[in-house]
Amino acid sequence: MIFARLRESLRNTREKLAGGLSRLFGLKRELDDAFLAELEAVLFAGDLGPAGRATIEQLRAEYRERKLKSSDDVRARLRALLRARLGATVPDLRRAASGPTVVLVVGVNGSGKTTSVAKLAKHCQRSGRTVMVVACDTFRAAAVEQLATWAERLDVPIVRKEAGADPAAVAFDGAEAALLQGIDVLIVDTAGRLHTRDDLMQELGKVRRVLDKKIPGAPHETLLVLDATTGQNAIRQAEVFTQVVPLTGVILAKLDGTAKGGAVVSIRERLGIPVRFAGVGEKPDDFEPFDPERFLDALLEDGGTAEQGDGAP
Amino acid sequence: MFESLSNALQRVFSKWGKDRLLTAENIRDGLEEIRKALLEADVHFEVAKSLTEQVTARAVGQEVIAAVKPAEQIVKLFSDVLTEAMHGEPPKLPVLPGQPAVVMMVGLQGSGKTTTTAKLARKLKRQGRRPLLVAADTRRPAAITQLQVLGKSLDIPVHAEEGPGNEERAPQICAAAVARAKKEGHDVVLLDTAGRLHIDAPLMDELARVEKLAAPHVTFLVCDSMAGQDAYASARDFHGKLRLDGVILTKLDGDTRGGAAISVKQVTGKPIVYIGTGERVEDLDDFHADRMASRILGMGDVVSLVEKAQEVVDEEEAAAAAERLLKAQFTLDDFLSQLRAIRKMGPLKGLLKMMPGQLGQAFEQANVQEKELGRVEAAILSMTPQERRNPGLLDANRRRRVARGSGNELSVVNQLIRQHEQMRDMMKRMQGGGMLGKLGKLFGGGGGDVGGLAGMGGAAGFPGFGGGGGGRAQQELLAQMQRGGGATEVKDPDEEARRRAARKREKEARKKNRKRR
Ligand SMILES: Nc1nc2c(ncn2[C@@H]2O[C@H](COP(=O)(O)OP(=O)(O)OP(=O)(O)O)[C@@H](O)[C@H]2O)c(=O)[nH]1
Ligand SMILES: Nc1nc2c(ncn2[C@@H]2O[C@H](COP(=O)(O)OP(=O)(O)OP(=O)(O)O)[C@@H](O)[C@H]2O)c(=O)[nH]1
Ligand SMILES: [Mg+2]
Ligand SMILES: [Mg+2]
Repeated sequence: MIFARLRESLRNTREKLAGGLSRLFGLKRELDDAFLAELEAVLFAGDLGPAGRATIEQLRAEYRERKLKSSDDVRARLRALLRARLGATVPDLRRAASGPTVVLVVGVNGSGKTTSVAKLAKHCQRSGRTVMVVACDTFRAAAVEQLATWAERLDVPIVRKEAGADPAAVAFDGAEAALLQGIDVLIVDTAGRLHTRDDLMQELGKVRRVLDKKIPGAPHETLLVLDATTGQNAIRQAEVFTQVVPLTGVILAKLDGTAKGGAVVSIRERLGIPVRFAGVGEKPDDFEPFDPERFLDALLEDGGTAEQGDGAP
Repeated sequence: MFESLSNALQRVFSKWGKDRLLTAENIRDGLEEIRKALLEADVHFEVAKSLTEQVTARAVGQEVIAAVKPAEQIVKLFSDVLTEAMHGEPPKLPVLPGQPAVVMMVGLQGSGKTTTTAKLARKLKRQGRRPLLVAADTRRPAAITQLQVLGKSLDIPVHAEEGPGNEERAPQICAAAVARAKKEGHDVVLLDTAGRLHIDAPLMDELARVEKLAAPHVTFLVCDSMAGQDAYASARDFHGKLRLDGVILTKLDGDTRGGAAISVKQVTGKPIVYIGTGERVEDLDDFHADRMASRILGMGDVVSLVEKAQEVVDEEEAAAAAERLLKAQFTLDDFLSQLRAIRKMGPLKGLLKMMPGQLGQAFEQANVQEKELGRVEAAILSMTPQERRNPGLLDANRRRRVARGSGNELSVVNQLIRQHEQMRDMMKRMQGGGMLGKLGKLFGGGGGDVGGLAGMGGAAGFPGFGGGGGGRAQQELLAQMQRGGGATEVKDPDEEARRRAARKREKEARKKNRKRR
């Protein structure tokens, strides 16, 4: 009985949101609290979490002060507030002044690191740079083989060791080979690790130190791969990872699904870590520089999780 | 990061008047706090709303129970509603004469299907079954090799058809594997399918064809516990396309609150059967709705934590440690051993982080010191035993002496003493019971299935809520685990008997409490 009620209310929201926010705005609606509450729901559906609530609070305050008069005002203002929260866009990968540019790719299990390494490799190849990848995930079954397959398909050299080898030792070999062969970009794949695992985080810190020792200033970029379907835990991930390996950016993977990845708003705002790239598929080409405007389009123009096909019981 | 739910409720309900009944009005703010907590735990916002409504419906008109505070009453109601919402009978894997039972694993990319397939196969093998693993992910690079490596490590055969041209043949490969299993006498077949997006129509169709050709008896949706609001839509669509029988929730070894669990259960109506608690093949546990409920509410996954500790520390030891702690004043010696324990704890820190509220904060504070532990240790060791027991003795002169003796700046010594005071006060506050202690009992009280819980909690209630008591004891225990087992310590037999008597009294009291409630 309770569940019937739940299902009913879920269906209602789905219908409400089905037309998406654009339609919501389109209706000549009264600007009331219910309207703002619905906006809040849209932001929640996009995993904005507390950042969403704070934004709505601000809208509500401005509405009470009569600064916002029409739903158009609200639309423009909401977008502007979120855009401000996302901060300035950051240009393409930094390059080392001389010698190899080193990119360290990190993240929790299964977020999309290895695939992102392949994507980054392709991205750099496009601008005519030589690339080498390093397989520092010596732990997960066939992680090395996975990267090796990509390396072969993209025709980039790979530095690898046997399963179970010390990741820092692989990183060392990679840095050495890149120096020796005059490689432009060295991309380092690492094992997935939950940020709560101190020992594994220390291991990551060691990889970073080894790179820095071999190539002073390396890694020039440390990118956290976040799964766009991840909720509020993404913020914790960024918080802890950046303590161990200071992050220069986020790759937001799996944006080709229906998840919006809204947690990155808090990550940008609180930790100052910008999203640099978006992963939009499983192929090396499914990769683009992060575009905040398109991110906001996706977040605001349709009704979040609710508008997808209907398989509800 | 977020204000803990206990703190928020304490704030909201601190002004409770003389109301004898719960009404929609007098619980509104409290419910709103809990709803917020659910959202922060990634429960789908509509599900959160509906659950809150259910709690309201149940709460309104109830009499305020004199023994507990309204906040506690409501948290209890919430915890009950969440537990009920997540409860479900797990599907049975049939034993069929001369024919294998087929299990299919499906889910989004990277959720943990391949790893979980191996974990499940291992579990079944240990139950005496003869599993065959099937590499039905013909797309992702090295997906087949990944399963083969896992199969080899478990000594479980893997059916794979490699090579170009097989990319599109997952359904046929699965059907062939079932036939092979029948021929070779495997009684269970596990299909590891490729990850896919719920909106990828061609790939979803492929899954439907696998379902048709291989006729799985049980289909599990493998879901990442860190998932946010989208877990709802993806689970809904997988369930719309296939006949799901259960859910496996992975990566719960992290610090995610795991609200996706409830969204997925609600939208599919299918029970969560197992949880993944690590990358190793042995890291698969049964799902417990009550524990998940307290985790989602931000009350910490303390029961699991206690269980973990229990694997290596016996109950008597645990009780003794807790009691020692409660009687002792929090001296600088304690401070030192606590800092040491924290440092030793290493990877277990993650477990402690799962504990809620102020204890987590106390821990974080102590952790800041971790880096300077060497210096702090030197300073404490430069003090006389009397000074360590009674830091009040440490006037300016003595502090200067300690600083000189330990090669520290005076400021380090001052800071150390200040921090110790802060921690001691915090411990005192937490031991004072109050909201935290009672909340703890609320959850701990129900946990009768966990034998040692009673012991661990000591008089302070629940470890982690009783705060100073349980938490500290836990740190000791965890430190002991790191050293590799129970502590050996010479015991005074009288002391021992007294402890046992005290514990018995405690147990009785708790039992009575439970009955009263
Ligand atoms: N749809 C989609 N899938 C992706 C994307 N990026 C990665 N994937 C898929 O997600 C799954 C996991 O990707 P991996 O690159 O293996 O992830 P990882 O972080 O290296 O995983 P571990 O090394 O095991 O921690 C694979 O099935 C990928 O094909 C993306 O942008 N979109
Ligand atoms: N910490 C932790 N890691 C896990 C757990 N389950 C799986 N993993 C890790 O998550 C990552 C992805 O696991 P896979 O089993 O490859 O996931 P999958 O769903 O098969 O991925 P695709 O086939 O690429 O879609 C790997 O790094 C696993 O080791 C778990 O319970 N805890
Ligand atoms: Mg990888
Ligand atoms: Mg897989």
